[in-house]
Amino acid sequence: MDLKFTAAEEAFRADVLKFLRTSLPDEIAQKVHTGRRLTRDDMAQWHGILNAQGWLANHWPKEYGGPGWTAVQKFIFENECAIAGAPRVVPFGVNMLGPVLIKYGSEAQKRHWLPRILDGSDWWCQGYSEPGAGSDLASVRTTAARAMENGEEYYRVNGQKTWTTLAHYANMIFCLVRTSQDARKQEGISFLLIDMNTPGVEVRPIITLDGEHEVNEVFFTDVRVPVANLVGEENKGWTYAKYLLTYERTNIAGVGFSVAALGRLKEAASRLQSNGRALTDDPLFAARLARVEIDLENMKTTNLRVLAAVAGGGAPGAESSMLKIRGTEIRQEISSLMRRAMGPYAQQFIEEDSDDEASTAAAQYFNNRKLSIFGGSNEIQKNIIAKMMLGL
Amino acid sequence: MNFQHTEDRRMLADSLNRFIAEQYAFDARDGIARSAQGYSRDMWLRFCELGIIGAFFDEAAGGFGGDGFDVSVVFEALGRGLVVEPFLDALIVGRALALAGNDTQRGIIAKMIDGSTLAAFAHDEPGSHYERARVGTRATRRGDGWVLNGAKGVVQQGEHADVLLVSARTSGGDHDEAGISLFVVPRDAGGVDVRGYRKIDGGRAAEVSLDDVALEADALVGIEGDGYAVLTHVIGYGLVALASEAVGAMDVAKEHTLEYLRTRKQFGVPIGAFQALQHRMADVLVDIEQARSAAINAAATVGESGVARERALSAAKYSIGRIGARVAEESIQMHGGIGMTWELPLAHYAKRLVMIDHQLGDEDHHLARYIELGRAPVA
Repeated sequence: MDLKFTAAEEAFRADVLKFLRTSLPDEIAQKVHTGRRLTRDDMAQWHGILNAQGWLANHWPKEYGGPGWTAVQKFIFENECAIAGAPRVVPFGVNMLGPVLIKYGSEAQKRHWLPRILDGSDWWCQGYSEPGAGSDLASVRTTAARAMENGEEYYRVNGQKTWTTLAHYANMIFCLVRTSQDARKQEGISFLLIDMNTPGVEVRPIITLDGEHEVNEVFFTDVRVPVANLVGEENKGWTYAKYLLTYERTNIAGVGFSVAALGRLKEAASRLQSNGRALTDDPLFAARLARVEIDLENMKTTNLRVLAAVAGGGAPGAESSMLKIRGTEIRQEISSLMRRAMGPYAQQFIEEDSDDEASTAAAQYFNNRKLSIFGGSNEIQKNIIAKMMLGL
Repeated sequence: MNFQHTEDRRMLADSLNRFIAEQYAFDARDGIARSAQGYSRDMWLRFCELGIIGAFFDEAAGGFGGDGFDVSVVFEALGRGLVVEPFLDALIVGRALALAGNDTQRGIIAKMIDGSTLAAFAHDEPGSHYERARVGTRATRRGDGWVLNGAKGVVQQGEHADVLLVSARTSGGDHDEAGISLFVVPRDAGGVDVRGYRKIDGGRAAEVSLDDVALEADALVGIEGDGYAVLTHVIGYGLVALASEAVGAMDVAKEHTLEYLRTRKQFGVPIGAFQALQHRMADVLVDIEQARSAAINAAATVGESGVARERALSAAKYSIGRIGARVAEESIQMHGGIGMTWELPLAHYAKRLVMIDHQLGDEDHHLARYIELGRAPVA
């Protein structure tokens, strides 16, 4: 029993910290720390910096351009990035589609798409959720029907996707589409790559309750998609979709984000006053702060235990559901306390970009409600635990 | 990073778990726990033959362990078995004697390891309510020796202990950390009066009154007035023990509750098919894993000293207190009416889990302590 990282892992951490010190632009880190909006260019810039370092696709096997890190190294990297205020890498291409193509894609697809993910030629978004298919993802109704024209076979896609994060920046979308109505609903789904610039694709913004434009609706009307853009076999898309959802979720607890957010919260709470004393000296506030801090300390060890189990050959199955539930609850509680710490000034709603913590606290709190909804809602995660870990 | 126990510790845990499964099954345990004695001397000696208590001490003190994880594997197994024999007191008293005792006192450790001497930790007092420095019992010098006057509360197995480790004030006010001294007091010394009672979670405890108890000079453990540091050191090990015991008990409570959810039918289906219960159970599972992590954090730092150690210990006891009660309440709820009955083993795990919160400081006490320690200037 030893909770410490090895000397080699600590040396790796030092390398990561050095890289972050020299390569993470201050302006971007400041934005992340103060909860300000990141531009498309900010995200693309960080993507490029990581790629130049060879650390972007850190989940990919070496032969496809991954750095060959262990699960522990990935964990250290992701955490230090979060603590340093690095933007979250837009995950759809690198973390989601990449591994699916590597496992299920054809040689031609790998050769074509993987380098374009790395160098940023394509900005991918994820076409999973639909108005009638959220947590019940297998209920997708967007159809892809095979058709012929001038001797060329293609799919004609019709339907609607929703909650499509950053679709307004994307030029490509990977979609779950229904290619068969006959079978069990999981068995008629295919995994299709669609060029957003094809006629018939329309992106409409969804403005979230904090006034942000992060997510979108994407409509498909008679969209022509080459059959070469089918990944794997027709009607086997559900297998690929599930693989994508369980791939590398050992960092799903977002411990690094929570550590960074808790640091900011404690700093604010020791500076802000109530009843003539710092909030950290207010017994009720201090108790809530201490509770979430202890929860986070416990979660760090829980996360490392899952990581150690994975490194030892175990699969991070339902354990990642455990990390997701408690990790997101911790993040939500921290942002709830940040909102409370701002007192009456949390009421401000400043729509233009602002670095005033009081004016962003409530918006971030509301934005963070998504954490327990997306990526499989926490209720779905409990269903998974009940089935996989508890055998109920 | 490695979360596997060493081979030696796994073997120790295996043999203890096997012994408990074979010799200390629920009916046997229930008989012992509700007996007039409140524990079994015979069983105690057989546990000691396994070498369990030797795991609490390093080789210099006559044991073969002494690390936080040695303590935790033993207590996790004891928690699984709901063992009522006074291991916690052996750990706390023995560690105090190992740390600060004179040669005679250190000699007691060997007799504790072989089971011939039963020791009890007599620190809490009526009204002290977990406040560690609150010691109203007084020790005054008389000739070469000492005279003790005062009262100690909820001393585990106080009626049957051969020796008591008593905290008494040699200077200062009732709440001062400075001025607390520790004494080894034979239970049969003149002026020691013990009034025992049953405990809700099995076994017995006692109120001990000290009325002009005369002791030799060498009854003092360590340096006069410096007992608080010793208490902090040894109570730390006690907290690791209780946290680990709780994890063991939680695991069994979870197993029993899961078994019930799979087999008990209502409306024609196992009740585990109902999502309302599945989600409650999933929450319990996540909580237990967080509690296990807290116990690991505590065991990993108990061998150090300073604020980080104390914070990890309080974080663990807070977590265990909160989660232990939750596991107990949820387990009873998911069992329904049968969960309310004495005949169901689960009910006794639930009682033990809740009562662990009442030993060495509860959830609120340790949360407050954690906060206070966070304010302390970094040493």
